[in-house]
Amino acid sequence: MAAPMLRWVGRGRLWTFARVDGGSCHRRGAPTGSTSNRIRGQSSVAQQPLYTTQKPRKGEHKWAAVVGLEIHAQISSNSKLFSGSQVRFSAPPNSLVSFFDASLPGTLPVLNRRCVEAAVMTGLALNCHINKKSLFDRKHYFYADLPAGYQITQQRLPIAVNGSLTYGVCAGKKQSQVIPKTVRIKQIQLEQDSGKSLHDDLRSQTLIDLNRAEGQLRVDANISVHHPGEPLGVRTEVKNLNSIRFLAKAIDYEIQRQIDELENGGEILNETRSFHHQLGCTMSMRDKEGKQDYRWFMPEPNLPPLVLYDATSLPAGADPQQVINIDQIRETLPELPRVTRERLVQQYGMLLEHSFTLLNEVGLLEFFQNVIKETRAEPKKVTSWVLNTFLGYLKQQNLAVSESPVTPSALAELLDLLDSRTISSAAAKQVFEELWKGEGKTPGQIVSEKQLELMEDRGSLEQLCHSVMEAHPQVVMDLKEGNPRAINKLIGLVRKATQSRADPAMIKEILEKKLSS
Amino acid sequence: QSGSSLRIVSAALKQGQITPTELCQKCLSLIKKTKFLNAYITVSEEVALKQAEESEKRYKNGQSLGDLDGIPVAVKDNFSTSGIETTCASNMLKGYIPPYNATVVQKLLDQGALLMGKTNLDEFAMGSGSTDGVFGPVKNPWSYSKQYREKRKQNPHSKNEDSDWLITGGSSGGSAAAVSAFTCYAALGSDTGGSTRNPAAHCGLVGFKPSYGLVSRHGLIPLVNSMDVPGILTRCVDDAAIVLGALAGPDPKDSTTVHDPINKPFMLPSLADVSKLCIGIPKEYLVPELSSEVRSLWSKAADLFESEGAKVLEVSLPHTSYSIVCYHVLCTSEVASNMARFDGLQYGHRCDIDVSTEAMYAATRREGFNDVVRGRILSGNFFLLKENYENYFVKAQKVRRLIANDFVNAFNSGVDVLLTPTTLSEAVPYLEFIKEDNRTRSAQDDIFTQAVNMAGLPAVSIPVALSNQGLPIGLQFIGRAFCDQQLLTVAKWFEKQVQFPVIQLQELMDDCSAVLENEKLASVSLKQ
Repeated sequence: MAAPMLRWVGRGRLWTFARVDGGSCHRRGAPTGSTSNRIRGQSSVAQQPLYTTQKPRKGEHKWAAVVGLEIHAQISSNSKLFSGSQVRFSAPPNSLVSFFDASLPGTLPVLNRRCVEAAVMTGLALNCHINKKSLFDRKHYFYADLPAGYQITQQRLPIAVNGSLTYGVCAGKKQSQVIPKTVRIKQIQLEQDSGKSLHDDLRSQTLIDLNRAEGQLRVDANISVHHPGEPLGVRTEVKNLNSIRFLAKAIDYEIQRQIDELENGGEILNETRSFHHQLGCTMSMRDKEGKQDYRWFMPEPNLPPLVLYDATSLPAGADPQQVINIDQIRETLPELPRVTRERLVQQYGMLLEHSFTLLNEVGLLEFFQNVIKETRAEPKKVTSWVLNTFLGYLKQQNLAVSESPVTPSALAELLDLLDSRTISSAAAKQVFEELWKGEGKTPGQIVSEKQLELMEDRGSLEQLCHSVMEAHPQVVMDLKEGNPRAINKLIGLVRKATQSRADPAMIKEILEKKLSS
Repeated sequence: QSGSSLRIVSAALKQGQITPTELCQKCLSLIKKTKFLNAYITVSEEVALKQAEESEKRYKNGQSLGDLDGIPVAVKDNFSTSGIETTCASNMLKGYIPPYNATVVQKLLDQGALLMGKTNLDEFAMGSGSTDGVFGPVKNPWSYSKQYREKRKQNPHSKNEDSDWLITGGSSGGSAAAVSAFTCYAALGSDTGGSTRNPAAHCGLVGFKPSYGLVSRHGLIPLVNSMDVPGILTRCVDDAAIVLGALAGPDPKDSTTVHDPINKPFMLPSLADVSKLCIGIPKEYLVPELSSEVRSLWSKAADLFESEGAKVLEVSLPHTSYSIVCYHVLCTSEVASNMARFDGLQYGHRCDIDVSTEAMYAATRREGFNDVVRGRILSGNFFLLKENYENYFVKAQKVRRLIANDFVNAFNSGVDVLLTPTTLSEAVPYLEFIKEDNRTRSAQDDIFTQAVNMAGLPAVSIPVALSNQGLPIGLQFIGRAFCDQQLLTVAKWFEKQVQFPVIQLQELMDDCSAVLENEKLASVSLKQ
């Protein structure tokens, strides 16, 4: 039929249910921009609220918020969860749709091995218990971008359960202190994605794309408030939050809205809401996902239970193509960020917050490690240069690590020159700036071209100090009359004369000697 | 004994006594002559003739693809056929042309079979009469048989003959009528609660439901995924085994097919004696509604086995009486889920209403589905409601397990094969049949067959004898899961003992070509 609606079906994704709870929150006035951070800290961080020091005013109730997140993450795979169709970013609409994806009658789902492996690996990384047997279910609802009228998911017995993730939250006056937190993971489930609806209000048409291959992470937040010691409140679900910033804002807003509602004698409805990012508020949803379908999940009859094995349960002579071995996947698991951070702290004596920065910027850790490998400089020095100078330049020009004009080898050579006292710190900064121009010169070349070597010759330095003192008798007089800080001025003048090539400590020593003589 | 069988005509093709094109044309001409049976929804004449031509080339070059090369077959219209309309006898899918072949269809074509057409059924295979499809009811060829007509002449009470035609049973009634009227040599049915075995019994055919997981369901438009199995309708057991041999095996497109190696081809040994066999007679299957004739034939069959040295045991399947209600809950729930995709957006019927997507859904589904389908969707959604789920769906699943365990226990007690009736009685006249609604009829008619689907076991209905009215009566054998070959071997022995008569359709066929053909082919020497 000539359908004005295009339709397609989604690819696999992982659902992580992260339950975050326990934060308590004091009653306060209407939400304002300046106080919103406070609630986030309390509500989105488990167990120990960060800001509970403020005592509730007399006669006021204390509120606690409970927040649970449903995180939808797309699996990095070549084909979809239940069909052989490819997954490709920015492919033309409906160009990657198999008969199954289009829900043609008689088609059946076939589970993608790669997606199962990715789910197991995610489960292991999040400290989950991997279920050796998991099941698939159908979740029913009618919507144009869900061509089968149901979505295959894992509701009753998901592939992984009961995990945890430890992470850090920045705190303190300068947000420089990192407080470790743990969030509990309820379950991880493999789930088919729906299609994408594009509403054309002008022509009252909806176009449907069944590719859905955009790399995406989507979060639904479930939020409720209650008085500590009392039963949990009625929850609302804020759907389709696609950035961390909006997630935080939506949670903040929703907690305050619920508190205000309850304190004004209202009630909270168990409903789905959407977050309006321009207005910064949540509102009740009336369309598809706002509507509750009152049907329950039904077992997916076309997929037998998913059975996973480990070294002890693997049947002898099993075809490796037909089985998935949890232990084998565990072996291929890369070092987890938490372990890496601990290692960095131990091995290089860096601050925990520095380890977070190194891991949070794509490619930065590798860059750091490559510099460390090639330089004699102290790790602390390397850390400082990578995190302050190097990252600073990147941020300023909005570049990724991979786009940096400075290679790890160049920085390593530069740090070697600094370490061997060939150049001063100030000269090193100059060299770095030259390197950033990306003209292909090595630090050594730059130093010799610009004559930036440290002045090691004590005789010439003494000569220079002498000339400077002679040229500035007033400063020398100041000093002699009991203003010791005037020496800094002399040091600065000498350094300038050496084009920052001399060690300030040595200049100071020579000057002091000359003055006292 | 069963007229011209697939095996016989296959031998004739190999010996060059008939060409695929000749065979195809004879079947096409029979299809035209028997058009009033309403067995076919679509006759794929051009496709069949082209396939016959290609088959003929292969035979000429000595490159036959095997037993099915050049054999006319028919396929129930709920199997997807690439480029050929697939309707499920529903307004909802009128005009729907699938872009792919069901795995079983593809396998038949890969073996050189000729696709004569798509056969009639109850809408979406929901029914036991083949009376509830949008293309009208299927008429049982036995209504026009010499055997039945002569008996009716003897009966002074018989009324107007033409309005007194019989139903085929269902839901694969079109496939049964097509094979029974010699318009093809084998047909695919589907079997969810007895839909292949029931019409086979009423039309004097072998109706085989393989073990769940032995034959791919990919491309079969589902009724109940967890119970659906492609079924095989043929004129004798050996033919069913040949077709099974072509269809069985794992399919990467159907994750519920089993990977364990299966003996192929399904050549059936001729049992010399049955003295090592143990036949179980489930006592719960002796229900008051069972006609005395069927009961008597059932008992005679048991005696036959016993007299030939087999051990015949009464066994108990204690949860049998719960099977109907359990099936109702599970079937309608899956139906509600499976039918959700028919929303008028992508394929099939779409109403003219466009005020909103929801209104379009509602009107499309109201116009597209008949009362039976809508009724089952409604029931199913009721059982799937959150507040009902535990009390209905989950309970029914537990009962299903108990029913399946009944069979396991019976087989563990040493029984090889169970022997039961297939239907309560012989085929009834259409006017009689429609006095009850579809649901009542389905519940009654599936009584002996549906528990097998819940347990996933292989079962076969074998025609045994003609009733006093001159109509076929079938009995059912039920085997252990994946012991399909053993089951068919026992059925073959039984078939040989009972010598069921060939349907005599001379009057119907005017020029008697079909029967003459049978006689001619019956003289062909068989290469073993």
